[in-house]
Amino acid sequence: MRLGEIVTAGILALFSIYLMVESAKLDVGYISGEGPGGGAWPFWLSAIMLVCTGFIAFNWYRKTSPPSRSEDPVLDEFGVKNLILVGGGLLGFIALIDVISMYGAMALFLIYYVRFLGRHSWWLTLALAIGLPIAFFFFFEGLMRITMPKGLDFTEPFYNVLYDIIY
Amino acid sequence: MEILGLLGDGMALSLQPLNILLIMVGVTLGLFIGAMPGLGSVNGVAILLPVTFLVPPGSAIIFLAAIYYGAMYGGAISSITLGIPGASTAVATTFDGRPLALKGRASLALVTAAIASFIGGTVANILFTMFAPLLASVALSFGPPEIFALMLLAFATFVGLGGDDIPKTIFSICIGLVFAAVGFDQISGAPRLVFFDISGFLHGINFLVLAIGVYGIGEMLWTLDTTRGKITSTETKMSVKGIVDDSKEGMKRGWKGTTIGSFLGFFVGILPAAGATPGSLMSYGVAKMVAKNPKEFGQGHPGGVAAPEAANNSASTGAMLPMLTLGIPGSPTTAILLGGMVIWGLTPGPRLFVDQSEFVWGLIGSFYVSNFFALVINLAFIPLFIWMLRMPFTILAPLIFVLSVVGGFAATRDMHDVWLMLGFGLGAFFLRKFDYPLAPAVLAIVLGPIAEPTLRQSLLLSSGDPMIFLNRPIAGPITIIAIILILLPVLNWARGKMRKTAT
Repeated sequence: MRLGEIVTAGILALFSIYLMVESAKLDVGYISGEGPGGGAWPFWLSAIMLVCTGFIAFNWYRKTSPPSRSEDPVLDEFGVKNLILVGGGLLGFIALIDVISMYGAMALFLIYYVRFLGRHSWWLTLALAIGLPIAFFFFFEGLMRITMPKGLDFTEPFYNVLYDIIY
Repeated sequence: MEILGLLGDGMALSLQPLNILLIMVGVTLGLFIGAMPGLGSVNGVAILLPVTFLVPPGSAIIFLAAIYYGAMYGGAISSITLGIPGASTAVATTFDGRPLALKGRASLALVTAAIASFIGGTVANILFTMFAPLLASVALSFGPPEIFALMLLAFATFVGLGGDDIPKTIFSICIGLVFAAVGFDQISGAPRLVFFDISGFLHGINFLVLAIGVYGIGEMLWTLDTTRGKITSTETKMSVKGIVDDSKEGMKRGWKGTTIGSFLGFFVGILPAAGATPGSLMSYGVAKMVAKNPKEFGQGHPGGVAAPEAANNSASTGAMLPMLTLGIPGSPTTAILLGGMVIWGLTPGPRLFVDQSEFVWGLIGSFYVSNFFALVINLAFIPLFIWMLRMPFTILAPLIFVLSVVGGFAATRDMHDVWLMLGFGLGAFFLRKFDYPLAPAVLAIVLGPIAEPTLRQSLLLSSGDPMIFLNRPIAGPITIIAIILILLPVLNWARGKMRKTAT
């Protein structure tokens, strides 16, 4: 954790500098008759962020914050595995939305999580993976009139059937 | 006395069978729309506006007001049970509602939220009935310097009383404010902070994308990591006696928060451009400030649920006030209601109370009736929400992830935001590991779009002189309190040092 804390502070300091550079593309000073320039607000806030990372580093050096005294790893073996399995599953879910539609990706993600990570029965898994996307479809598309991504063209015939029910 | 007569007539109107039915349907719909992450009262009211053309205008606005009320109650439900704010107005409810649910006290949190909402709504209704025209004129005297001073106070409460690492808290506030500035500069119209020229940043970063990323995805990853996937937040059992006991406990420990939320929320709600979200966040901050032991806030204190919930209901009634009396909406939802009224041929403004008194009092009467039904319907649904929590975590977790992704998309209808949300979730997971408080960032992204323009307008008014925040009668005292709060940690540190040297 001790190494992690200072690395994080360093990354955040670099990010603050990046934000300052980006903000400085607009005026960061006071323009007479117009008030503060468009970049002033984010620029000075990013400058405060940079100063804060300096203080965080100073506290790290003095070992006053709990992570700076901790010898534990940031992620242990379980943590790494958990992050890869769950975070990776989510990544796959979001990546698949533009391919097999929001509802299709949702169904696959539920099968993956409930069956393979949760080790629940196939019955429960399929009930959730089929029931939930259908319920969401009628709630969002039917009641709330919010259109979710439908993925590539091959999903069209399937959605035409569902839309016929709503309209 | 005349007011009571008019209110009586109004209530009689809202108690007609058609109106009662509309109120019940509206409140129930609102409850579920509010509970759905990514959807808030504004979506519900906007989508159901056309439906109301089927009934007379008086009944139509009663229906919409009932949805508005229901959504205010509903926002708390997902904040407490799932840890994802159902709407921006319920962000502050997660701070203590979620820890209570994790301790197995979800019913206490839900009951406290329902009762506080009811009291907040009732106090607001009474204030509304008695002081509508007077309060509208006071709210109008709040110019940009006063509103900016209020925003400063909201941030200062986090720094002075947060109890977290100070540089990390300030960092969190600033990053939230900078994220709020992404998109177009509101004043010059120039594109700003469009990272790597990705066009998705042009429409800015919606606060829900950050809030769902932090509370939905980041929080879930963190919970799975710290509990080794063996989380237990099961409630033992639900009984009528349990609900009665929880009500008593919620009232006993949450009365202060409820009182603060009811009054402060109402006033912030009246302010143009403020509304229920800043009202609830500020009430949370103030309730924490005046609490006997502010450290308990954030760990699961009923007061931390009561204050924002009383405030968001109170503010939603408050926001109706400038809309009806002056024709200025105090929140996005009231802006849509205003649009509806214009379509129905009613002109909001000072003449409305005279020309359309039956309509106005019918609406005010319906606030009382809706508030009552919202409480009853909400309490009736609590066992269902608790049941959801009893689900095994390996089912609840994927449901929360699915709701987060769908909610993140529904908020802006842009896949760019769903990716951004995942990025925020992963970032939040790591930052949380290093003790960075994230609630201030969420607060800041909500208040940023109010804070920046008011600061710039104020400095323009004063030709760049920051003394404008100190030498105005209302802004001055607020700014001074904010500065004291920001300096509080430094003062405490100096006092500790002096004591050490003395001994």
